[in-house]
Amino acid sequence: MKKAATGIRGFDDIALGGLPAGRTTLVQGGAGAGKTIFALETLVHGARDFGEPGIFVCFEEDPTHLRENAQAFHWGLDGIAEKDLHFFEARPDRDMIRSGDVDISGLLAVLQALVKQMGAKRIVFDALDMLLAEMANPDVIRREVHRLNDWLHEMGLTAIITSKVYVTDSSPWGHPPMDFIEFMVDCSIMLRNEIVNGASQRHVRISKYRGSAFQENETPFVVGAQGIDVAFIHGSSKAVILESAERMSTGHPDLDDMLEGGYFRGASILFTGYPGTAKTTFCATFIAAACLRGEKSLFISFVSREDEIVRNLQSVSIDLKPHIDSGMLRMVSARALRGSGETHMLTIRTLAHEHGATCIVTDPLSALSKSGNRGSAPGVAERLIDWAKSEGITVICTSRLDDADQLDEARPLQISTIADTWIHLSYDLHAGERNRRLSIIKARGTGHSNQVQEFALTDAGVKFKDVDTSAGGDMLVGSQRGPRERSADVVMREREAADAREAARMNGEIAQLEGGIAVLNAQLEARRLEAKAITERTAEQEGDTEQERDPVRDLRGD
Amino acid sequence: MIELKHPVEPALAPNHTVVRFRLYVAGNLPNSRRAVANLRAYCAEYLPGRYELEILDVYEVPERALEDRIALTPQLLAETAHGTRRIAGDLSDKASLVDAIDTTRVG
Repeated sequence: MKKAATGIRGFDDIALGGLPAGRTTLVQGGAGAGKTIFALETLVHGARDFGEPGIFVCFEEDPTHLRENAQAFHWGLDGIAEKDLHFFEARPDRDMIRSGDVDISGLLAVLQALVKQMGAKRIVFDALDMLLAEMANPDVIRREVHRLNDWLHEMGLTAIITSKVYVTDSSPWGHPPMDFIEFMVDCSIMLRNEIVNGASQRHVRISKYRGSAFQENETPFVVGAQGIDVAFIHGSSKAVILESAERMSTGHPDLDDMLEGGYFRGASILFTGYPGTAKTTFCATFIAAACLRGEKSLFISFVSREDEIVRNLQSVSIDLKPHIDSGMLRMVSARALRGSGETHMLTIRTLAHEHGATCIVTDPLSALSKSGNRGSAPGVAERLIDWAKSEGITVICTSRLDDADQLDEARPLQISTIADTWIHLSYDLHAGERNRRLSIIKARGTGHSNQVQEFALTDAGVKFKDVDTSAGGDMLVGSQRGPRERSADVVMREREAADAREAARMNGEIAQLEGGIAVLNAQLEARRLEAKAITERTAEQEGDTEQERDPVRDLRGD
Repeated sequence: MIELKHPVEPALAPNHTVVRFRLYVAGNLPNSRRAVANLRAYCAEYLPGRYELEILDVYEVPERALEDRIALTPQLLAETAHGTRRIAGDLSDKASLVDAIDTTRVG
């Protein structure tokens, strides 16, 4: 089947090419659902990009107002000639007196002349329900809708009919359902706008497409300065995954070594960890290195103000300010941004395009989960990663582990399955010290160290420490590295506990690799073993005291 | 059959104000044919010798229809001394026609 591309971002992907060319499409949705924008944008792209002039027939809105409103979109409307995009006034005359049966031949005759004159290929009947409301009875409506349909077929126009009344419902003016329209058209599209948790959520769904496969699920979309932007979908035709063998420095030579050369360009890197585990620091290290190489970068923070981030990072010797001043780095605090995850994603895409960014930090990615998406719509975070990949943009994102249970889609474990590299940060509180650890849980396509690395945040930045495994396989951190004076028995027990702990941790990592929740349980188990070791050690010491006291007890004759 | 183009009919009575009718029809559709017949009957009864009638087919002169913003057909434009009235339909409702044109005030 021949398709007429709408040019609407993302829509032609779900419609596998566009609307049926030379056929009629019905677009339904309530007030404010985006029908008029959808229809108008299809005409704008037709006239501007595909050499297909179009006519926009207004049954409800004043064409002058509509044109003015459409200027708000960056469509270059002023550059499109009247002969390529014609707004046709067809609002009913309020003073018109009615006397008996009418038909719409006058309209069709006038449009026919206009179509010939312009060589029009596309036409929109916007708010056809308003015209049909002029009709006296259902039989007349049916007759005139068929007249319109026959005319459209004869003219071979790619047509969009919009209706704010669902044709399967009775109309507010008491007409019975006009569901025959749905049977008549070749393609039927539903648009929906609802408020979820205070954020506007728009969805598009193709409910019918004669002679063509299509993406059946409801897909989120947003309306931005460029017009409609339908969510990026896995496996869509544009999702050309750019596989790159090029490595990029993580910004830290030791971490580069652990990853055997750094991150892949175009990869998605996820840092997980509890608050305060230096996730943002690792993102900033990468971004600073990128800026130094001359790569435009974008840093989006959903938690802090720009100046706060810059100041905080200065304390670990990462100075982003020169990069901001030179224009290499654009910092955006999206904390104040209202709207859904979809809106945030659109904002990120727009910012990235404007800035020409090749590296993006999203801190944290979980902020994108504020989407009201339900059902089978792919998660916003996943789509962001897919989109970045298709553009060859490297994305570093963070995700807090402790919001795992509050999220519905940006769950670290879910994102981790699509992220190329997953690095987990943690710390232990031990002997009054906070010992930081980094483990590379997965790094797709690269060799990588499976060693849990200890590092410190110093005023000179991140410092990795040489791994000390002298305690029989367990990693000694912090003050444990010092000389130890303990009884052989205690050491033995500690080793056993340490072995068990290490085994539990390894099991944990295996589970993480499988993307399973088991990791958290394994960590919990490790903690329990530690606790048990401490309890046993304490009990043992008490036992020693008991034994020493026993002879005394004997003497007392107890 | 319907007269097309713009025949002016019938003879005028010179000293009276006339009502100018422009009736847009669409080809040979039944409601268009009825509109012509109904308008003729009305004129004969209420405006003998005091009207001009121009019958236009939207398919033949779409530019005129565009100019007059004709969407629904048949449609009658009646120019009276008191302004232009638009009446859409086959003019089967004579009462509304009488009311719209307000013949008592004509001339």
